[in-house]
Parts: sequence; structure tokens; C-alpha cells
Amino acid sequence: MIGIRSYGAYIPYYRLSRSEIAKTWGGPALPGEKAVANQDEDSITMAVEAAFDCTRGIDGANIDGLFFASTTSPYKEKQCSTIIATVLDMGKEIRTADFADCLRAGTTALRAALDAVKAGSARNILVTAADCRLAYPYSMLEQSLGDAAACFLIGDSDVAVEIEDCLSLSYEITDVWRTDEDDFVREWEERWVTMYGYSQNVEEAASAIMKRNGLTARDFAKAVIYGPDPRSHAALVRRLGFEENQVQDTLFATVGNTGTPSALLMLVAALEEAKAGDSILFASYGDGADAFILKVTEQIERIKERRGVKRHLASKALLSSYGKYLSFRNLVQLPPQASLRGTGSATIMWRTKNWVLSCHASKCRKCGLITYPIQRVCYGCQAKDDYDEISLSREKGTLFTFSLDNLASAGINPPIIQSVVRFQGATQFYCMMTDCEPNEVRVDMPVEMTLRRLHEGANFHNYFWKCRPPREGG
Amino acid sequence: MESIRDKVAIIGMGCTKFGELWEKGADDLIIEAAYEAYEDAGIDPNDIQAAWVGTVASGMMGECLSTPLKLRNIPVTHVENACATGHEALRNACFAVASGMYDIVLALGFEKLKDTGLGGLGIGRGLHPTLEMRRTAPGTFAFIATRYFHTYGLTPEQGKQTIAKIAVKNHHNGSLHPKAHFRREVTLEQVINAPIIAWPLGLFDCCPTTDGAAAAIVVPAAMAKKFREDPIYIKGIGLSSAQLLPHFRPNFGWTSFTVNKEASRQAYEQAGIKDPRKEISVACVHDCFTITELVIYEDLGFSPVGRAKEDVDAGTFTLEGELPIQSDGGLKSFGHPIGASGLRMTYETYKQLQGKCDVRQIKNARLGLSHTLGGPPQVSCVTIVGNSLG
Repeated sequence: MIGIRSYGAYIPYYRLSRSEIAKTWGGPALPGEKAVANQDEDSITMAVEAAFDCTRGIDGANIDGLFFASTTSPYKEKQCSTIIATVLDMGKEIRTADFADCLRAGTTALRAALDAVKAGSARNILVTAADCRLAYPYSMLEQSLGDAAACFLIGDSDVAVEIEDCLSLSYEITDVWRTDEDDFVREWEERWVTMYGYSQNVEEAASAIMKRNGLTARDFAKAVIYGPDPRSHAALVRRLGFEENQVQDTLFATVGNTGTPSALLMLVAALEEAKAGDSILFASYGDGADAFILKVTEQIERIKERRGVKRHLASKALLSSYGKYLSFRNLVQLPPQASLRGTGSATIMWRTKNWVLSCHASKCRKCGLITYPIQRVCYGCQAKDDYDEISLSREKGTLFTFSLDNLASAGINPPIIQSVVRFQGATQFYCMMTDCEPNEVRVDMPVEMTLRRLHEGANFHNYFWKCRPPREGG
Repeated sequence: MESIRDKVAIIGMGCTKFGELWEKGADDLIIEAAYEAYEDAGIDPNDIQAAWVGTVASGMMGECLSTPLKLRNIPVTHVENACATGHEALRNACFAVASGMYDIVLALGFEKLKDTGLGGLGIGRGLHPTLEMRRTAPGTFAFIATRYFHTYGLTPEQGKQTIAKIAVKNHHNGSLHPKAHFRREVTLEQVINAPIIAWPLGLFDCCPTTDGAAAAIVVPAAMAKKFREDPIYIKGIGLSSAQLLPHFRPNFGWTSFTVNKEASRQAYEQAGIKDPRKEISVACVHDCFTITELVIYEDLGFSPVGRAKEDVDAGTFTLEGELPIQSDGGLKSFGHPIGASGLRMTYETYKQLQGKCDVRQIKNARLGLSHTLGGPPQVSCVTIVGNSLG
């Protein structure tokens, strides 16, 4: 049996109320809020989060490949899946690929993983999808788009969701796009986009796969169908014959349209509620459509301890203003000190990637002391080159001491939360704290590590670890 | 291992006015400190046989000293050891004289910080692109305050009140020194209610960013009285360097610094000091932040561990107290031109031991201690001087 072994999701901690956007620009507000990546997050860091969630209890070294799907890849030239795989400690002998440029890239990557496992060239492959798309400020799309990531482990054992059939349509249409020079998503007239792009294609793919398998809407416990907005989504699922209680919510009111991960995120939400035996119709859209027929197995109970959608939704803070959102997305220029540019060096980052990206500490084979970053001569007993590397990326720590540093934040609120994290009572890790309100910081509070984008020194993205209070769900 | 005790003497010192010296460049500071020292020692510039210059970021090579002073092709060495740099210049000069290689040498430390456009020392980037990104001096020393208060059961309010008293004391002393950057008293309320720089440290818990220079002329102890009646003898110099940034050091407790304990242990041993609190007449220690001074009381053996607050409350370290600390106002009043500070402190102990400190004069001062703590922090230097041999 081939299918989904595990799922994971990531929704950023911060949300922006749509009424806050409307308050700035005037005009109507769509209901609800959208998820907003923090200023130190991008599609890579969000994909890492979803992948960690998905691989809880699974050793990265046992996974044969990693795919990354996004229309907002932080690099135009350079692979991102290698970065994510390095963070996950997956080793070198794996296959990696980036799927880009299309909102359907997430399910395209899913099918590619499925085909690889089916062909026997891999036992399992991690599929990550993340997006952080920019809409023109003042546009209605600005209220719609949200940021998130999703992840699935496709494999041939311990399958929690069997993939029974899949079908793809390719359809040329310039409905939603960005050229290589655009920062913001463009859209043709909405009624045409919905009618001839989204609705027609998804309906065609969904109907065809149901017909091919001799199934009708009544045969499914759930329809997980991408929707760019609640209205066109509701109309489509109605035409496909689904009742309201069969339809998975688009998460539009709580997260927004998250682009590439959107359908996958909805599938995670559906699987959180699914039980063995459930059939699911799953479809995504983007320059065509992908449709899948899924069957939930008893293994689903094994993977319910994920943070997934539900727990990430429950752990959040509202952004205090639209201005904060603009600064998070670099849409306004802050004083030079605030966007401090670090020094960058490709060679240093390459030499030190084991502790920079994989978060490895050295554990002395003689005295057992664990030190970050890796020390060739042991701090405790001076043993030379006699250590094992262990990763702290998933370790829980406590905040040993902290400072709310206004100088480091160049006087811009909130202050930088300077942190010293302790692991296993001894190992110390100095970093900044993120996704936390300064007045919530306490000595000895529990924290976990999260990879973030620190600066653009040497004109590439420099990633490093920060700590944060654990997101709900452990 | 021999001791440096009574082997060398300081026969002249100079110190510029410290402050935001917009109209003066590094060369002006160097010239003023050096020529005051020459005059104090009664020597000619061409008597200098070798020199050590300390600066962290205001100059390179020995040339940064020999060019403004036009030193005639003598050996000049640039030393750098973070905030201990000024002490390091003096230390190397002393050891060179003790070796018998030179008879008259110059040690000079300086820093010109006010040409950067920044209000503080700026935001750190570290040597690695991401490891110490945005580390700041107040942010790091605030780690000590947070953990010290937590470890010894002080509420943030009690903790802030305790370190505020140190700021009040040092500002009072600084108000009495004509060369201090700040010559203004502050009240406890002003210190406690000042804007936060890096919680829990407020504006008055931090020393200012300052320009300045200080210099010393060092000769063999046996020659000292040829130059003046009241030379000041080196009794001990201890230096200790730590092995890893404290931020990443396993089990580092953030309430005390081994380098402080070790540097003072070395210096006390060389000087033959058993009970520093009783034997030392005056101390100038590294109060880059008020919390630093609090833990130094404990690290240098002036106060029992975890109980420095009791001494602060009792006024032990005021000008009139049992052991006056920062009789010149400390870094709090003088600021911290990094390369200059160790020598500026020595300038104060030197003048105190010569009885030349006017209203700040400590009665019967015999032994003076100066102490610098550098890096984030990783290096400590303790220098003890006395006004008599033996």
C-alpha cells in the first residue's frame, strides 16, 4: 500500500485582522483574519516547521528524499529543498527537488513523490509546501492571502491514508500570475478567473476521477477542495453534489488563501478529524488541476499527536497594526539600524553548516559534556577531536536568563528578547527569542528552537536558530 | 615563578579630560596624555626606550602611537585585549622593564569612540555571520542582572534598587573629579525610573560612550627615586582569559566570573594580600554596568557570595566607607574609552596613593587596586599598586 504516512502543518504565530487592513485603506473588510509570517520567516523556514511537525518520532536519516513546493521560493537560482533537508538532518544520499511557479506545485510534488515510491526508487519522500505571497497593498487580494506551510510523508509502509487514484489536468490560462520582475500577485478580472480558471478545471478533474472510479459525492466522507475564496468554493462543491457537512472548510476566515500549501493544509485539517475507512476527494488548482481519491486507514490514530492545523490555529497573537504587517513584509523602509545587515560569508556558512543549519552540538565521548556550537577541544575535559554530533533542533530547553534589549532593536518596539537557553541543565545556547510578547518572558520558562532568517549579508539568506515559547500541542 | 612585586615603579602618569570630545581626534588625546605623563615623570620624550599602546578600534600597529608622539624608531607594540586593553599595555610595559631589557618605557591607552555616529557601542555582529547577531554589551550584562536577581531571590524591583545605589555612589564621586565625563549627581529615583536600555538595565545603569586617553611611565623600582620622591610600585598584576563565550559555556551561571576570581587571585598572591577587603585602601573596578560592579564585589572577595546587596545597603564602598570603590566615579562617570580605561583607573590609584586627590582623598591610602573585565565578558585584569616597598 502506498500513501501518506504522516502529515504536518505550520501556521505562523501572528494574525492580522482583515478589519485592520480595511481600517487603513477604507472600504469593506472581509470577515476573519489572515496568518502573517513574522519578519524573520519565509517559505523555507515555514516548510522546515511543517516538516518537523510531520516527522515527529521519525528519524530524518531514514527518509529518502525531500521535495519543496512554493511560488515564493527565497531563491530564484539555488535549491531550497537541500537547505530544508540539511536542517532535518537527512544526510547526503537523498533526492531533493524544488517545485515552483504554480499554485498546484504542492500536489504536483505529492504526485511525483507517489510515483517515485510506486516505482520503487524511494521508500519514502517528504513533501513540503509553503508560501508567503505578496498582494498589492490596498488591493482586495491583500485581505485574502495568508502565509502557511504543510508537509506530507509519502511512503510504502505504515500508510495512514492510502492514495487510491490520482488525475491531473494541464490548462493554459493567465488568470493569476507574477512575471520574473513582479513582487506582487496579479490577477485578471475575477469573474472570468473563477469561471474559466478555478471552477471549470477543478470541476472537470473532480468529476473525471469520480467517474473513472464509479463514485459519486455520496461515497465520500469529506471533500477537500481548494478554494481561492469562500464564495466560489461553496458554489463549486455544491455543483459537485457535496452536502455542507461533507465539505472541508477552506480556512479562509482563520488563515487566508495560502497558495501552494492551501489544499494540503485543508487536507491536514480534514485528516485531524478523519477516522479509519473514510474516503476523501482531494483536489487542488493552478494552471490546471490535480484530483486524488484517498482512503483513511487505522494507522491514522498513530499520527494524531501532530500540531497540525488545529493546535497551530489555537496558538496565536493578533498583530497590533497594519504598519507592523508592512514592516514584516519589508514594504516600508525602517531606519538602517533596525534592518541590521550582518556580515555574510558563503565559505563560513558552508564550513559551519552542521551547527548553523543542523543545530549540531558536540557531545564529548570522554566526559559527556554537550557544547554548542561544536568544539573540537572539549570545554570540560580538553579531549581533542573526540566527540559525537547531536542535534538540538528538537530539544526542549528552558530560558536560563534574558534581557529585553532596546539597543539591539535600534529602539524599535518590541525590544529584541536576548535569550540564553539551557538544554539538559548544562548546555547553553545564546539566541534571540521570537514569536513572543516581551511581557510574557520569565526566567526558567520552557522554550523550543525554531529556524529563522536572520539577515541578508553577502546577498544571500543567512538562517539561524531562535527560541520561542512552545506552540500549543507540545 | 617569580612575582612582579616591587620590581617596577610608575614615575609619571597622564590622563586627558574624558568626554564627548568632538573637537579632538585620537592624536590629540594621545599627545595630551603622554605629555602630562612626561612632565609628571620629569623626563624628555627621547628618554623613552620602548612603548606599548592599547586601543581596540581607534588605531593599528605601534604606528598609531609613534606618529603623533614622533617616537624616534623605538620598539612600539600595539596590544588589544578587549576592555582590559589599557591594563594590558601597562602589564606588558611592566614585564619588559622587569626583564631588564629597558629602563624607561611608556604605556598608553586611548579610544576615540565618538566619531561613529552611534549613541552606544553599536550592535554586535560577531566574527561568525549568525552566531552572535545583535549581541550588545547592555544586553549581555543584563543577562547577569536577570539571573543574579533570580538566583539570590531579589525581585526585579529590589534588584534594580540595589544596583541603582551603585550608580548614585559613582555619580557622586564623579561629580568631584574635574576630568570626569559626567560631573552630575543623580538620585535613586532618577536611576530607577530612567528609560530602559536592556531590561533590567536602565540608562543610568550603563556607562556612557566616551573619548579619552591615559598614559604611564614605567621604570625599574631601584631607579624610581631618581625621578621622584613618591613613585608608585607595582605589587601584582593578574590576567585571566576564559575559554568560550559565556553565552555558550556549559553550566555558566551568569552570577559570577571565573576570570575575575582568577585574575584577582594571581594579583593578591603576588602582592601578598590575604584579606583584600581589609588590606586594600581604594579600588577602581570595571563598572561598565552597575550590575557588573555588584558581582565584582563578590568575585574580588570584597563581599560574601550572594550578599553584595548588604554591603551596598550599608554604604561599605562609598568614599567614607570601609573600602572606597570608584573614588574617581568609575566608568559610570568617566565613560569607557576602551583602550584607555585600565590606565585611567591606574591614574586614580596612583594619585590616591600620592595623596593628590583633594576632596576625594582617601586617608592613609597604601594599596590601590584597579580591575578591568573585557569581552562579553571573557578577560579580566587586576593591577595592584602600593606607595612603599616591601
